[in-house]
Amino acid sequence: MNSVKYLIKGAILPNGEQKDIAIEDGLITAMSEISATNSLSEQILIDAKGSRVLPGLVDLHTHLRQPGREDAESVLSGSRAGAKGGFTALSAMANTSPVADSAGVVEQVFRLGQEAGYLDVFPIGAVTEGLLGQSLSEIGAMADSMARVRIFSDDGNCVFDPLLMRRALEYVKKFGGVIAQHAQDPRLTIGSQMNEGEISARLGLKGWPSVAEEAIIARDVLLADHVKSRLHICHVTTAGGVEIIRWAKARGIDVTAEVTPHHLLLTDDLAGTYDPVFKVNPPLRTSTDVHALREALAEGVLDIVATDHAPHPTESKECEWQEAAFGMLGLETALSVVQKTMVDSGLMDWQQVAERMSHAPARIGGYQNHGQEIAVGSPANLVLVDPSRNWQVDRDLTMSKSTNTPYHGHTLPGVVTHTFFKGHATVIDSVVQKIGE
Amino acid sequence: MKHLLSIGDLSAIEATTILDTATELARASDGQIKKLPTLRGRTIVNLFAEDSTRTRISFEAAAKRLSADVINFSAKGSSINKGESLKDTAMTLQAMGADAVVIRHGASGAAQRLADNQWMSGSVINAGDGTHEHPSQALLDAFTLRKHLGNGASDLQGIHVAIVGDILHSRVARSNVLLLSLLGAKVTLVAPPTLLPIGVESWPCAFSYDLDSVLPLVDAVMMLRVQQERMMELFFPNAREYSRYYGLNAERMRLLKQRSIVMHPGPMNRGLEISAEVADSARSVITEQVSNGVSVRMAILYVLLAGSPLEVGSSK
Repeated sequence: MNSVKYLIKGAILPNGEQKDIAIEDGLITAMSEISATNSLSEQILIDAKGSRVLPGLVDLHTHLRQPGREDAESVLSGSRAGAKGGFTALSAMANTSPVADSAGVVEQVFRLGQEAGYLDVFPIGAVTEGLLGQSLSEIGAMADSMARVRIFSDDGNCVFDPLLMRRALEYVKKFGGVIAQHAQDPRLTIGSQMNEGEISARLGLKGWPSVAEEAIIARDVLLADHVKSRLHICHVTTAGGVEIIRWAKARGIDVTAEVTPHHLLLTDDLAGTYDPVFKVNPPLRTSTDVHALREALAEGVLDIVATDHAPHPTESKECEWQEAAFGMLGLETALSVVQKTMVDSGLMDWQQVAERMSHAPARIGGYQNHGQEIAVGSPANLVLVDPSRNWQVDRDLTMSKSTNTPYHGHTLPGVVTHTFFKGHATVIDSVVQKIGE
Repeated sequence: MKHLLSIGDLSAIEATTILDTATELARASDGQIKKLPTLRGRTIVNLFAEDSTRTRISFEAAAKRLSADVINFSAKGSSINKGESLKDTAMTLQAMGADAVVIRHGASGAAQRLADNQWMSGSVINAGDGTHEHPSQALLDAFTLRKHLGNGASDLQGIHVAIVGDILHSRVARSNVLLLSLLGAKVTLVAPPTLLPIGVESWPCAFSYDLDSVLPLVDAVMMLRVQQERMMELFFPNAREYSRYYGLNAERMRLLKQRSIVMHPGPMNRGLEISAEVADSARSVITEQVSNGVSVRMAILYVLLAGSPLEVGSSK
């Protein structure tokens, strides 16, 4: 495997230039003007004319479900789904069973990622023990472990206690860590099922008001300012949340924020089907929010796209809405949804896609071999996408173990044809390769 | 029409058809014939995942008067309580050959989930789903309003109805707002601000926080049950204060116009949202709502399972 060499011919770089790219020993070894010359005999030639080449995508928000819920996803199956979607790094959320709140668990997840070999799996550590919101987990031990954890999050739960949040923000300054907050006031969202508004009023589903997100964002940017630490806001969904983050950034507060592909595309009226495949936390919002999120992503107020890939077994979705689990798949459709909502709409160019889906998330997570410029000497973590082709999403063909994609049957633009991780092709002609066998 | 899931799915013509059919069926039942042969050999399952004696026996009586076989499947002691999924329950009913399922369920949208999936092929009738809708209750309320206030018209044009109480959690209110406005009535919701949903402005009705100012304007006032647990959830300070502002007592009843009627879907909390004097007064049509409920539910089963309403006239 180590010795395979590739020559990618004619792909268009994020900056618009068209180049031939040679890959060898895990690195980009040459970049040249496109030529008619064929590849060297030992090189595998990839004709990428018309395709875009981007630095390998980096997800800061992935639920891989291992350990504990391997029926929904495993590090291996999630890695394959990630590769299929063009990712070369994932960040495994801490809400596993047992919770990733100790060095032992994060090292296990990290090692499973290495063994799978499709991409780098960077564990996220829990902020609080057992995600219970009562006492800090062993943040230092996780940071110093083999997994070198830098992002801490209780995602799924909000770190609601303001004193605990303050302490967490302060504590991670020691090693340049960041607290990724799931902004949801739990008192304002008891039993909440969907966005609170006209649709929830009609459907009789308990509302999840925007203010429950915005109040926490506002509090936490002020806390981050006070203790001069680094805050990341997970899955921003509301126009109001965007406004607060814009204000905080203008004030110089060290805050970054993410938006999910589904919040860039889908709206709360989909709950009218009562099909829980559209049940997600935070919930789908209104078209006003969707447009505010798109503009904020284009502007950079929202720094990155993160998938919040949340696999669930069939029985958790094939039931009544209020009984169903929150969450939807995202890895395999993320780039296509971003192309549809941001590029094809004219809001962003591919350079910005590379920034929001690779450079910026790698920077926030401190993932050194990811999100680098495509240049000679850079690690060969790359994705090729053909923006001119469409594909139809089929939940029965996912690489994920689960089928809860909200896009089943949708036609989306942009086909990921190849993914390279450390110089190895994990995806060739849209087919996920076997690794390590 | 295959299912009855939400009033929102009905056209004014379909709603009127059900009400007209109910009128015919009530006339037939008032005469010598208590039982019609229409649904002989058909199986109707009452799937009640939530306790509701009144609605269940009303549907049961309706089905039996149409000669259908009725199976009662209720939450207590059934597999629903043992964690069986809605899907497995539905597939069991399918295997038993249910032609229609009347479902009462605590989850909003449960009836639609049954109808939308391929778990069973029969008709689905929503007998109350969570805090979403209760279409048969709205139809029987419209039937009662038309009988008392309709002056022979087939719709409710020009009639003004107040719905008072816990609108936020009320499936009766949701169905009634849709149906009464569909039939031309004006609806005003009355509740403390905490018990009106965010987004109510988009509903086809007016709303007010002040019962006393609304009562003199309306032809009918529909009182909703207030559940004791709402106090624990901070919706209002206590039962006495709720009753003081939103309870219908004898004194307040005098604000109503001469011919106005008082309704309640039951079960009542006497002394909380409605006083005993009001409930038992001449204006109260509450027990009549119950008997109309059987005729209307017969009509629903008839229209969904037997087809054309015109057959009623010819079968007399």
